[in-house]
Amino acid sequence: MIDATSRKLTLFNFWVAFGAFGLASVFGLYQVLERSGFIPALQSPAVYFASVSTHGVLMAFVLTTFFIMGFGYYTLASSLKVPIWNPLLAWAGYGVCLGGTVLAAIPLLLGKASVLYTFYPPIQASALFYIGATLLVVGSWFWAAIVIVMYVEWKKAHPGEPVPLPAFATAANAFLWLWTSAGVALEAVFQLLPWSLGLVDTIDVGLARTLFSWTLHPIVYFWLIPAYIVLYGFVPQAAGGKLFSDELARLAFLLILLFGLPIGFHHLYMDPEQAHGWKFIHMVGTFAVAIPTLLTGFTVIASLEGAGRKRGGQGLFGWIGALPWKDPTVLAAILSLLMLVLGGFGGLVNASYAMNAMIHNTAWVPGHFHLIFAGTVVILYLAVAYRLWPRLVGKALVSKELALVQLWSWFIGLGILTTPWHVLGLLGQPRRISSVNYNSVLTLAWDPYELAMILGGLVLTASAGLFVYILYKTQTAGEAEQPVEENWAVAIRPATALPEWLNSFGVWNKVIAGLMALSYGYPIIQFFVLKTYDPTAWGY
Amino acid sequence: MHIDLLEKRWLYVALGMILLFLGAIFYTAWVHNVHPPGHAETIDSASLHLSEEFAEDKLGVQAEPLANGSVQVRLVAGRYGFYPREIEIPAGRTIVFRLASMDVLHGAHIPMTNMGTMIVPGFVSEVTTVFPKPGEYPLLCNEYCGFGHDHMWSKVTVIAPENWHAPTKGGQQP
Ligand SMILES: [Cu+2]
Repeated sequence: MIDATSRKLTLFNFWVAFGAFGLASVFGLYQVLERSGFIPALQSPAVYFASVSTHGVLMAFVLTTFFIMGFGYYTLASSLKVPIWNPLLAWAGYGVCLGGTVLAAIPLLLGKASVLYTFYPPIQASALFYIGATLLVVGSWFWAAIVIVMYVEWKKAHPGEPVPLPAFATAANAFLWLWTSAGVALEAVFQLLPWSLGLVDTIDVGLARTLFSWTLHPIVYFWLIPAYIVLYGFVPQAAGGKLFSDELARLAFLLILLFGLPIGFHHLYMDPEQAHGWKFIHMVGTFAVAIPTLLTGFTVIASLEGAGRKRGGQGLFGWIGALPWKDPTVLAAILSLLMLVLGGFGGLVNASYAMNAMIHNTAWVPGHFHLIFAGTVVILYLAVAYRLWPRLVGKALVSKELALVQLWSWFIGLGILTTPWHVLGLLGQPRRISSVNYNSVLTLAWDPYELAMILGGLVLTASAGLFVYILYKTQTAGEAEQPVEENWAVAIRPATALPEWLNSFGVWNKVIAGLMALSYGYPIIQFFVLKTYDPTAWGY
Repeated sequence: MHIDLLEKRWLYVALGMILLFLGAIFYTAWVHNVHPPGHAETIDSASLHLSEEFAEDKLGVQAEPLANGSVQVRLVAGRYGFYPREIEIPAGRTIVFRLASMDVLHGAHIPMTNMGTMIVPGFVSEVTTVFPKPGEYPLLCNEYCGFGHDHMWSKVTVIAPENWHAPTKGGQQP
């Protein structure tokens, strides 16, 4: 069992993460109801866009950042078997993140920051919102620093030994996050903050969008890496087997770090301020980053097959039925992989340089990212909670059956919600509208899908409520039990001696610096070379 | 580093798949010249009304076709509409749209076609496309631009080439 301080740090981070998750789900339900237009009393663009902004910020930034910090502390303490380095610094980071979240939440809830979670200028939010969001990022850097120090210290104390895979992957994520968050941090410090505080009048929108794209894509891997740690680290063992390959897993994390960073322009395919040659280069990188995901899919499915066969599964597919479907971790992993296949297919369309034009900014896009984010990633966060809560609070999970119902309903709800979004996207419905006002025959075809969307929203909100209820009940009324030691999956062939490039990040950080300079250097410099005309601020 | 034989085979399959996808995109982009919009052309959004190209009397379908025979359309995006609000263009001919924003970020999309672009204040967006079929199409704003965003759309009528006539003067539709 990990030490009390590390447990407390993890738990405190998880509370904020899952509290934000529960709250944001309710906003989501309101949005599908409002957007459908079926209940006229609900119609209000002002409330709708405040709600979308809050939902997005809570899910994409608050849930993820706090979950990743908490899970990272747990992963390091349990796999390196050392307490958290400098807990005071960890608490300080936690405080900065929490303070930032509260500061951003005030204007969001008051409708003073209805700029959506992408906050694209020149529409301007209250300065408090940008300050809060910046603090959330700055606080997370404390976490990244602690992870990197612990990784370096462990390596020093164990020369020549491979860093345990879960800790190695967490360190990769800390490096990734520092690289990733630099883009939006530059945008905040040099553009958004001085502009929203009234120190400057105008803002270079092209530059702001380019810097934001630097963060907006790789942040997805910041969210995804903990999910992959679950797939590699918990799932094989929970299924009763072993991890198929340790070394290839390391390679997958390193490739995500390498390819995941310099590809943000696929969010700017339709933008006028970047030339298409640059977009093409980023597109090639976007396809390359599918390789580590394809490797992960292979390794995890191979590990599951091994487990299924060990449990007596026979034949080409018999091992699938033999898996322990009633184990929440295993069930979540299977559902997550299913949604990854569907969402990945949609992602290929988005990533395709030319096809993207058909679905850009249509309902297809939230359909895609809800499958990948809420489906592939968040379902594994939920599974982590079910697995860790007993280990963190020393109480048995109040009901495994309820947890299984919750995971299945999450999967089904996402299916009902995202299928109509994909269809609506192909029919051309824009993603960020609060109601359908187009006086055009085309839009009549949209109505039945709006109805399905509401059903999906209801199922998902009920599922999220059930999740919060299970955790709350476990904590308050669960039967006391001795917390068990974390048992990370063991590889069939454990890594013993690794080449240095598979055990450290020095070379990789240098290669990344080069790639980033190549892919973002001129596209950023151009805004200082070109004569650009910067607009002033607009309200909404 | 040890790589299992199965892993090696899968790696080749994965690489093969990615190369196939990239190959298809290379082909459409560099052989058929299908590119997304983007050429970093700047313009002062605050004074579009005084500009050579986007002043009010210069907007809409242009009287003179471009040197290569394509029809040029100039639109200004502003809260909450694309101006002019209605245009008529011929089916089957290359149309070059030039768009600029007079205020915030907008997006333009004609559903179920590849006519789409972001409209970023400070930049001119240019999209080239062909509409094979006549019909009435909505041109929708697909980027959040304020509380009236839901109402931001204009009408595009695509008519059979034999019934279409270029506007006679100053970019105004007859
Ligand atoms: Cu608009």
